[in-house]
Amino acid sequence: MKSKNRNYFKVLRAGINTTYQDLGRNNLYHIGIPFSGVMDKRNFQLLNSILQNDHNSPVIEFAYQGPHLKYFGRDIFFCITGNVSFKIKSKEAVFDGNCYQCYLLKNGDELDIYSTNKSVYGYLSINGTFNVDYYWGSCSINTQAKIGPNNGAKFSENLEIEIIDVNKFFSKRKLNYLSNTIENIRVIKGTNFDYFSKSSQDKFFKENYKVTKLSDRMGMRLEGSKIENIFDPNIKSEGLVKGVIQITSNGDPIIMLSDHGTIGGYPKIATVISADYDRLVQLTPGSNLKFKIASLADAETLYKLYQMETNNLISQIK
Amino acid sequence: MIKNILNLGDAALYCDFGNEVNQETNSNVIKYFYSVKKLNIKGITNLTPSYNKLIISFDLNTHSFLSLKKKIEEIEIKEGNKLEQNLIKIPVCCDNNFALDIERVEKKLKLKPDVILEKFFSKNYFCYMTGFVAGMPFLGDLSKEMQLKRLETPRVKVPKGSVGITEQFCNIYSFETPGGWNILGNTPQNIFDASNQAKPNLINPGDTIKFYRITLDQYNEIKK
Repeated sequence: MKSKNRNYFKVLRAGINTTYQDLGRNNLYHIGIPFSGVMDKRNFQLLNSILQNDHNSPVIEFAYQGPHLKYFGRDIFFCITGNVSFKIKSKEAVFDGNCYQCYLLKNGDELDIYSTNKSVYGYLSINGTFNVDYYWGSCSINTQAKIGPNNGAKFSENLEIEIIDVNKFFSKRKLNYLSNTIENIRVIKGTNFDYFSKSSQDKFFKENYKVTKLSDRMGMRLEGSKIENIFDPNIKSEGLVKGVIQITSNGDPIIMLSDHGTIGGYPKIATVISADYDRLVQLTPGSNLKFKIASLADAETLYKLYQMETNNLISQIK
Repeated sequence: MIKNILNLGDAALYCDFGNEVNQETNSNVIKYFYSVKKLNIKGITNLTPSYNKLIISFDLNTHSFLSLKKKIEEIEIKEGNKLEQNLIKIPVCCDNNFALDIERVEKKLKLKPDVILEKFFSKNYFCYMTGFVAGMPFLGDLSKEMQLKRLETPRVKVPKGSVGITEQFCNIYSFETPGGWNILGNTPQNIFDASNQAKPNLINPGDTIKFYRITLDQYNEIKK
């Protein structure tokens, strides 16, 4: 492995919750394994498109603070998507880079991804492929079930990130885009909507909810008006999907995210529409959100529009 | 068999098999689950059977709720078909270090520890579903006099392998996770192995579980 032709990053600082992700793994809910996969799919798609990689190539996902990496090997290009601040340190210069642009790294250069701005997740990849193992067709790391490459654990200091298959026919491209978040999260009424009092239903759609620190890849806990259950605080445990908003026994909403438990026993007040998921997960602790009601037909149309918007952005990469 | 199909958000079908939680309803859910799974319908991304529901997640780029609902309603399930059931034997050690809640159970059920364990080990249990965390089986039913509520304050960490009871159900913690079940013992048997991609989970919905008691020495021997 220590041959001269090796291309790799050495992790000088791991950052927070840094993992490999791709589109995730399907058809394992029935044995308790969630999708996992990138939290923000749009930024994942844009990254692989800019780098001219396969649409499901592995990327490195980080939260709040990214890794500080030192590169060894022959010249390579990298790109970062999201709303992220990072520095490139070469022998000649130290400078800040922009997201959605490709930068060259030479042997010995450093990349310091020091923070995400007003957002949670950022993404890094290179014009090539990380050397990862696949578990049920996906390289996504699920730290909860310890599934995925790196023994299912998040990155740690001194880890070596191996790169294989560098794309030599790569041409440097970029996109002018500013990743945004939204405060109005559109939801479809949940299967237990009528478990809650009329005034709580009203409050749910009128008042602000605050994202708490108890939020991670599994779920987002919210704080705000307590939702009063007038029927039964528990239901018979049943399947969950990402975006489902459960009301816990103390009346707080919790939104299921990509690594969520596959079964839950709290009543479901609503489900976040697919079109708003990418921007929901980017809301940082402390920020406020408001739920807006959508019909199923609205949600389907909004998803199509969101997909068109993403495809439109991909077509603007030059 | 399906009473009603609703939408769970915009990308999942919520198939309701009725309010009852019993083996008959659950067997219908499991039969449906295996039938849909076998059809391998493109764009279905996940199937989650539970006591009395089946959630079918799908890719919004391939299906809409209404189109997939129609497809699922047209599936013919042969009601007479018996479930394929495996009998799986699970060793459990009830040493004081493992039986974390035996005193609480003793108090709540007003039964002596020996009686509690004897009752627990005397029955076979049916696997209703697997999930919450990878590989965790939800088993039932406990006899009436063995039923109690979960802990008022859940544990932040329940040790891996813990065997717990709540209401009419028992389970096995496949990982160290938070949880509120009343813990009676611990199994040295690994019930989830991510490195075995062909068969990561020991217990599947529809299986029958027989717990048998082992000593601490036997526990340590198996654990080796």
